Order: sequence, then structure tokens, then C-alpha cells
Amino acid sequence: MKLNTLTLKDTVKKLKSKEISHAELYADVLGAIKEKNEALNVYLAIDEKAVEKGVKKLDTPLAGAPIAVKDNFLTVGLETTASSNVLRGFKPPYESTVTDRMKKAGGVIVGKTNLDAWAHGSSTETSDFGPTKNPRNPDHLPGGSSGGSAAAVAADMCVAAIGSETAGSIRQPSAWCGTVGLKPTYGRVSRAGVVSMASSTDSPGPITKTVEDAAMLFNHIGGKDRYDATSSEKPMEDFTKYCTGSVKGMRVGVCYIDHEKIRGTDAAKAVETAGKLFESLGARVDAVPLSDQLTPGKILNPDYAIGVYTVVQRAEVSSNLARYDGIRYGQDRSQFGEEAKRRIMLGTYTLSKGYADKYYIHAEKVRNLYIQNFRELYTHFDVLIFPSSPGYALKLGASKDNPMFGELEDMLLEPSSIAGLCGINVPGYRDPNTNLYIGLDIVGNQWQEGKVIQAAYTFEKHTKWNSWSHHE
Amino acid sequence: MATKITTNVVTHMAALAHIPVTPSEEETLAQGFTKTIAVVETLNSVDVSNAKTDHMTGLVNVTREDEVDESRMFSQEQALANAPRTHNGFFVVDQVIAQEDT
Repeated sequence: MKLNTLTLKDTVKKLKSKEISHAELYADVLGAIKEKNEALNVYLAIDEKAVEKGVKKLDTPLAGAPIAVKDNFLTVGLETTASSNVLRGFKPPYESTVTDRMKKAGGVIVGKTNLDAWAHGSSTETSDFGPTKNPRNPDHLPGGSSGGSAAAVAADMCVAAIGSETAGSIRQPSAWCGTVGLKPTYGRVSRAGVVSMASSTDSPGPITKTVEDAAMLFNHIGGKDRYDATSSEKPMEDFTKYCTGSVKGMRVGVCYIDHEKIRGTDAAKAVETAGKLFESLGARVDAVPLSDQLTPGKILNPDYAIGVYTVVQRAEVSSNLARYDGIRYGQDRSQFGEEAKRRIMLGTYTLSKGYADKYYIHAEKVRNLYIQNFRELYTHFDVLIFPSSPGYALKLGASKDNPMFGELEDMLLEPSSIAGLCGINVPGYRDPNTNLYIGLDIVGNQWQEGKVIQAAYTFEKHTKWNSWSHHE
Repeated sequence: MATKITTNVVTHMAALAHIPVTPSEEETLAQGFTKTIAVVETLNSVDVSNAKTDHMTGLVNVTREDEVDESRMFSQEQALANAPRTHNGFFVVDQVIAQEDT
């Protein structure tokens, strides 16, 4: 068996028991990268010396395991570009908190993965360095913006990966690539040293082969960070303890399957089937009807979240990307790609005098309705389940000439993102003809990653959709 | 009636955002923005009379002691390492304030 196909948990176990060596492990991981990277365009930078770092970390919790990191995390010694020509050649003078913590816990960055430029997108096709292809079916997109990290996991070009989500960028590529992706509660994982996109929703998190791997990696990257003022004081715990395999008594709400774009699709079927499975395992499962107005016991139509996210994200982008002036680092503003230009300019417009109330403030108020809606629903439910995406991975080229591509693909994930909730994607179905996946999104209230992990782990154990579960 | 974004608005937005755009790009951008704003304006029908604008974290004015953290300080060399143009240990910037003709 090739060692690059191991889960993070098994990698750590086998390294510690000396069943495998770092040299063998890294030979297989770097071998897989060399074999597949040209065709799939997953990694933008590779650390050829990663094995030397791994060997020294045997006595740490992650034992020197090779981890792929999205290229919007600042990493000392590895070029960081956020997949934009503006940052081509940028060598960060400091390390992001997430990668710093991950390294201290014994993870080794094996390379930096491709993304939509500045994480603006849901296809990884807007990268200035070319699209990444979906390893499950290379005619298709991997999703995005953490498409490189999800593809690295799906293609066994690492044992686990780190991504970041603003509105779907961990869960949607995980859905399309058939991987697990945990988007933590906003404020749970530090944004310090992550190339800023929309600061009020940016949430770094793990993309992994299994739910337990996601919990393992999450354990080591979360928690208060003095360099991120919005990071939470809430103490971290050992989240692997929620991998119990039981959902008995858990209250589960089934959402969005009555939405006009979802009804009757494979995505709706996967979520309905998941609801029935949870019920058979002792959970209390109820359908949550859709509503166009804020109504107790009903879930607000996700359609409005598209407009909210469009305004909020572009406003924050126009502010965050103002720093790229080509003076202290990077190239000048003529190097921005089409998508970044569009977002910066529209954000500038919605924040400008005379329009801020009409667009920005109004959108923030609609956002607040989603927050109120989830607060009420979580008094009745422990977790809510959704389709992660309206369908399977789309074909390469699908995002071209569509300025709203990402918003439409991520519409089911936007409400939970703008409300700052935690959620996890787990593979929920595989089409045997195309080898493409449908993802199940399990969403919990703020700080309820434990419940989300518990439900996801149980689902994974009782279904055949996780392609690594034969390693158990 | 949805708002139409004209090329004049695009020119103004580009100037404010300091983004260079060509006249041919302006037309395409104007059409794209008009479509996007139409999506945004679907929010106009939403009743927000009971909505606030506070953030879900509930955090207010997070401050820290104003102390120098030397472990996080860059050396001059580090600070300048990525700059495209430097001169005698300084960043070189373009002139932004017009000089009076003398």
C-alpha cells in the first residue's frame, strides 16, 4: 500500500509505532505529487526538504505528518501568492498563526496549494496560475476557493490539508472532491497571517480524508490568538472525543430539500437519505420548512443570502485589497485579475457616499435576519443538515463570463457562513458513472463543533461514501 | 426598476479604487455590475424593520495593551525585503501630490 493514501490518524499511529518511516512516507507523498501535479495543477510550491523537518517531529502529536496548505496562509520560507500575480514572488516575513500552530503540533507543510485568486471564487478556475482539476474526474472543476487543498486530499498528494472559508470555500470544494471539510465557527480559528478577504466571515479550517482527521487537525489550530482581535476566548477541547459513533437523542433538522432549485435532485435525495439514516440511529429528525419571511420553526430562504454575501464580501474586499499598492511588496494594481477588479470596484461602489445605506447597511440587516433565524432554530435542533452544493462538480470552464458563479454555487452555504456558524462537509453520495460526489453539510450553532463532528463521524461510519474508509 | 450601472459610474469606481481599466473593459464591467446589482436589489423587498447590524460575535471594542512586542518586530532588512523599489533603506513611492509649475 502506498503510504500517501493513509489517513492522518493512521499516519501518526504508524510513524509513532515505527511501522513506517518518514523517509518512506515522504517518498510516497512527493512521488504522488510528482506523478499528478502537472496534470491536476494542485500545488504552486513544494518543499522538497519537508522530510528532514518531519523526521525531527516524531515525538509531537502530529508526528511530522505532511500537510498541504492553501496558498493564502503566510509561510516563512515558502512563497505565498494567494494565486494572484500581484503577490508573485512574495516571501512572507512572518508566519500565519494557523501554520505556526500546526507546525508546533508536529505538522510539516509539504507544499502550498492553488486557489481562486485571493480566494475570490468557487471553482479554482480564477487562479492566475491556471485551474486545478478535480482528481475524481479531471474534466470537472474541484470547486473553490480551497480547490487545491481539497484536490490534494482527494488525490492523496498529502495526508491532510488546511483551507479557509469565507462562504463555502472549505465545504464546497470538499463536496465536489469527495473529502471532509470542517468550517469552524467564526472566531474559533485565527485569521492572523491569512491573506484577508472578507474579515467578518473568514474562517480557516481542515480539509481531510476522514471526520476524525478533521477533528485531530482542528484541535491544534484553533483557540484564542492575541494577533486576531476577533478570535474567541472559548477554550478548545479534544474534539476527537466526539467521534463516538452515536447520534441517539440528537435533534436533527433537514433543510432546503423543498427549495425549487434542490427539490428532486440527487443533492435533495442524499440529504433525505441522511435524515432517514440519522432517524434509524436514534436521532429525532424533523423537516424544517422553507420560508420567505422570518418565521419561527422555519428556515429562511437562502436566495437572499446571495445578495447579502455579494454586498458584504465585496465591501470588505475593497477595503482589504486596498493595501496592495506594490510599494512594500508585490506588484502594482494593474496586475489584479478580472474577478478581483470586479469585486474591488463593486465593493467601492456599495460603500460610497449615497449608496452605503441603500446597499451595505441594508444587506447587514438582512444578514441579521439569518442570524436571528438560526438562533431560534437551534433552540429546537442540535444540528441542521443541508446539501453542500446544488449538484455535482461542474465542468472546467463553467465559471467563465459569469460574475455571479461563486454566489450561485455557494448559495446553500452562504446563510451559515454569514451567520458565523460551524459546519462540516462529508461525502454523501457518489455517482458511479462519473465518479463525482454529492456533499452533506452538517451545521451547528456557534461553538458547537463537537455536535457537528459527532453527527458527521456517525454518518461516515454508517455509509460507504468515504473513499478512505476501507483503511479502517 | 433595477439600477443601471453606466460606464461613467465605472470610470468613477475605477478611479476611487485605483484600478486601471481600459475603455473596452468599462462597457463589459458596466454590464456585469448592472446584473450583479439587480441580484442585490432583490433584497429591497425584505422587511428589515426588526433587524440590527451588530456582528454575531457580540464582541465590542477589543483592545490590547499598547506595548512594543520585540519578538514580532521586523528588522529594516526584513521590512524592505519584498519591496520592488528601495533607496538608502527607504521604500520608494510615486509622487501623489502634484507639484506647482515653477
